Amino acid sequence: MTTVDDRPSTPPAQAPRRRVNPVLALLRNSWRQLTSMRTALILLFLLAVAAIPGSVLPQRGVNPERVNQWFVDHPDLAPRLDQIGAFEVFGSVWFSAIYLLLFTSLIGCILPRARDHVRALRMKPPAAPKRLERLPQHTVLEAPAAADPEAIAAVLRGRRWRVTVRGNEVSAEKGYLKETGNLLFHVSLVAVLLGVALGSWYGWHGNRILVAGEDNAFCNTRQQYAEASLGPRVDSADLPPFCLTLEKFEADYLPSGLASRYWATVTVDEPGGAVRTAGFSVNSPLRLGSANVYLLGNGYAPLLKYTDKYGRSQTSEAPFLRTGDSNATEEGVAIFPDANVDPKTGARAPDQQIAFDGLYLPTGPESAPYVASQYPAERNPMVNLTAYRGNLGMDAGIPGSVYALDRRQIDDGKLKEIGTKLLRPGEKWTLDDGSTLEFVGTKPYITLAVRHAPGQTLLLVASGTLLLGLMGSLFARRRRVWFRVSPPEGGSPTGGSSLVEAGGLPRTEHPGFADEFAQLVAAVSGDEPDARRAREGDE
Amino acid sequence: MSALSDQLVTYAILVYLIAMISHAVEFALGNARKVPAAAPARELVGAGAGGTVDEPAAPPRPDHSAARAVLAGRIAGWLTAVAAAVHLGAVITRGVAADRMPWGNMYEFVLTGTWIGVAAWLVVLWKQPWLRRLGLFLTLVMVLLLAFAELKLYVPIEPLMPALQSWWFIIHVSTIIFASGLFLLGVVPAAAYLMRAGWEQGRRSFPYTLARRLPAAAGLERLTFTLHAFSFPIFTFAVIAGAIWAEAAWGRAWGWDPKETWAFISWVVYAGYLHARATPSVKRNVATWISIVGFLTVMMNLFGVNFFFTGLHSYAGV
Ligand code: HEM
Repeated sequence: MTTVDDRPSTPPAQAPRRRVNPVLALLRNSWRQLTSMRTALILLFLLAVAAIPGSVLPQRGVNPERVNQWFVDHPDLAPRLDQIGAFEVFGSVWFSAIYLLLFTSLIGCILPRARDHVRALRMKPPAAPKRLERLPQHTVLEAPAAADPEAIAAVLRGRRWRVTVRGNEVSAEKGYLKETGNLLFHVSLVAVLLGVALGSWYGWHGNRILVAGEDNAFCNTRQQYAEASLGPRVDSADLPPFCLTLEKFEADYLPSGLASRYWATVTVDEPGGAVRTAGFSVNSPLRLGSANVYLLGNGYAPLLKYTDKYGRSQTSEAPFLRTGDSNATEEGVAIFPDANVDPKTGARAPDQQIAFDGLYLPTGPESAPYVASQYPAERNPMVNLTAYRGNLGMDAGIPGSVYALDRRQIDDGKLKEIGTKLLRPGEKWTLDDGSTLEFVGTKPYITLAVRHAPGQTLLLVASGTLLLGLMGSLFARRRRVWFRVSPPEGGSPTGGSSLVEAGGLPRTEHPGFADEFAQLVAAVSGDEPDARRAREGDE
Repeated sequence: MSALSDQLVTYAILVYLIAMISHAVEFALGNARKVPAAAPARELVGAGAGGTVDEPAAPPRPDHSAARAVLAGRIAGWLTAVAAAVHLGAVITRGVAADRMPWGNMYEFVLTGTWIGVAAWLVVLWKQPWLRRLGLFLTLVMVLLLAFAELKLYVPIEPLMPALQSWWFIIHVSTIIFASGLFLLGVVPAAAYLMRAGWEQGRRSFPYTLARRLPAAAGLERLTFTLHAFSFPIFTFAVIAGAIWAEAAWGRAWGWDPKETWAFISWVVYAGYLHARATPSVKRNVATWISIVGFLTVMMNLFGVNFFFTGLHSYAGV
C-alpha cells in the first residue's frame, strides 16, 4: 500500500547506446546498489550488529582501567582483539566504514527524493482519472450545496487541501508533509553525524582531582590533567585559560548512606572577568564561556604531617581514592621523597625516603579490623597506615603513580616495611628513628571533568528537527480526491440540478481515509452530520 | 504504603492470571468470531473471511458454546481492566511510599512499564474489540513479567541518588518506560501475526495451530505497525532526553556506555523495521521478525545490561 519503491532500475530505453565505458557502468551500478533501500536495510543491520562488541568488551573511551584489566585476564586473546579495534569499536575502521557507507547511501537517496519532492510541491494536483468509480472511494452526490467547481474548491481549500480547478473538474491533494517530514528526518540524521564529527574534531576534555584550598588551585593547561584528550584540530595552546579553586564541598547523606546532595563551591578566575564564586553539582555543571566543568566524584584527602629525624616537617595532601564500596572507604599513599635530608650537608639519603600507604575510613568501626568504613560522612575518621623506609624508586625515571607505591621496590627489598598504625585526627605516631607522623585532618576533594564540545548545539537542533520530521513522516498521509460536476440532465436549467461525482485515493496506508472522504463529501453536499450515511452508502 | 504496594502487585498478578484463564476458556470454546461490520477496512473483512477456512471442516458447534466463548472473552477483558487498576494502585502507592516517581530501579521500571503496556492494550481493545483474543498472550506476558519482577528484581524503597535528581531524568525515564511498554505490547500482535499468517498459508503444525482462532493476519500486522509507529518517535525522544541529561550529569551527551550502546542498537533495529515495512520487496513476515528482534534488544538493555555489564547506568541495577 505504500508508494515507496526501491529506486528505479536502469531505464531499459538506454540499451542501444554506444558501448558504455565498463568502469563507468560499474560505478553507476554500484551507486544504484548502494542507494537502494535494501542496501540501507542491510547496512542498518550491520551497524546494529557491529555495535554489540562495544557493549560486551570494555572500551578505552569508556573505561580504560577495565581494558587494562582485560589484558591482564586474557593475555593471549587481548592483543589480537586489540589489533582489530575491539576495544575501540566506535572508532574502529570497520564500524566507521559501515556508517560512512550508510550515510553515503542516505545522501544518495535523499538527493533524488528531495528533487522529486520539490517538483511535486510545485506541480498542481493531477487531473482526475476517467472513471472515478474505480477509485477506492467513490460516491455520487445529487443536489449538493456546492454544485459548481469553484464552490467545491473553496470547501476543499477551507480544509487545507491543495486544489486545482480544470473546467468542470476539481483535483485536490493533501499530506505533502509526509514526504517533507521524511526528508527532514533523513537530512537531520546527516546533521547529527556532522555534529558528532565537529565535536570530535574541535572538542577536548580532561579529568582531574581538585583538592580544596588555595594552594591546590588548578589552571586549565594540558599538564594539569591526569587524563586529557584533544581533538585532532585542537592544540594544547588552544585551551582557554581559567583557574579554579575549590572553596568548599558539601555532601548530605541519608541514614542509609546514600548521598542525597552534593554541592561544590569554587572560585573562578577567567580572563576578562572579575574573580567570582560559583557553585555546581551533579546534574548542574559549571558552565564557563569556553568549557563546562562537571562534578563526577568526591572524596577525602588526609593531611599527613611527617617530621623527620632532623625535625623538619612536610605535609602530604594526596587524595585517597575510593575503593568502590558505598561507605567511602578510601586507599592511598603519602610519599616523602625529600625526607631525612641532612640539614648540615644537604645530602639526600636515598635509602632514607619515607612513605605510608593504607586506608582512610571516614567512619571507622568501633573495633578491629579497621578495614572498611561504616558510613560515607566523617563521623569517626581514622587512617590505617603502613610505614615504609628505603628507596622509593622515584629517580629511576619511571613515572610512578601518586596513588600507589612502586611494588617492585618493596619486592626487591629496597623499600622496607617498618610498622603499621591506626591514627585518629590529631594523633601522632613516633617511628623507630624518632621521626613522627601526625594525622592532622582531612580536606575534601572533587573529581572533575572539564569539557568543550562544540558540536552540541547542532546536535540538539538536529535532534529536534529529526523528531519533527519523523512524526511528519509517520503520521502524515498523502491522499487525493477529485470532484467532477456534470451539468443537470434534460437540459432544463431550472428543473434538474447538477450531479457531482467524487472519488478518493489514499496514496499511503490510511485506515481512516474512508471516514475523511465521507466527511469531505458531506461538507460539499452541505449535510455534514450525514457523514456516516454517505460512507455506508459507498460501501 | 510500601507493603500495600507489594500486596497490590500480588493481587494484580492473580487477577491477570484469572483473566488469562478466562481468555483460555474463550479460546477453547469459541469459533473464530465473526468480524463485526465496524472493522476498519475492507481488506480486513476479506481476510476475516479467510480466517474461517477451518469452519467447514469443524462440525458447526452449538450456538450457545460460541456465546459462552464471547462471554468468557468479555469477562477476560473486564478482568484485565480490573487487574490494570490494581496494578496502577501498586505503582502509585510505590511512588507515594518512596516520595518520588516510581522509576528508580529495575523493579519499579518493570512495574511501571508493564502497566503502560496493559493500559495501551485496553485502549486498543476498546477501539478494536475484534482483537480481543490477543488478550491471552498479553495476560500471559503480564503474569510472567510481574512474577519475575516480584521474585527476582524486588528491592526495598530507596531514595534517588543525586545523579538521578533531575527533570531530564523524569522525562527520560518516563518516556523510555512508555515506549518500552508500547514495544512490549507490540510484540503480542507481532507474534500472533507470524503464527496466524502461517496458519492462513495452510501450515498446521504446532505454533501455527494456536493461531486458528486469532483475528485475521492482515489486521494483526497493521496493529503491529501502528504500535511501533507510535512508540518509535517516543523512544527516539527518550533517547534524546537521555543524552541531554547525560550531558548535564556526566559531561558527555553520548559515551557508548553499555546502556547507551544497546539503546542505539534498538533504535537502529526499529528503524530497520520501519524501513523493511516500507519496502515492498521485503516480505511482511520478515519485517515483523525484525520488530521482534527489536524487542529482544530492548529486553537485553533492560535485563541483560544490568546483569552482565557494568557502566554508569549501573545504579539502574537490581
Ligand atoms: C539509502 C538510505 C535510505 C533510504 C533509501 C531511505 C528511505 C526511506 C524511505 C523511502 C522511507 C519512508 C518510509 C515510509 O514513509 O513509510 C524511510 C523511512 C525511514 N527511514 Fe530511511 N532511508 C535511508 C536511510 C536511512 C537511515 C540511515 C536511517 C536511520 C538510521 C533511516 C531511518 C528511517 C526511518 C526511521 C524511517 C521511518 C519513517 C517512516 O516509516 O515513515 N533511513 N526511509
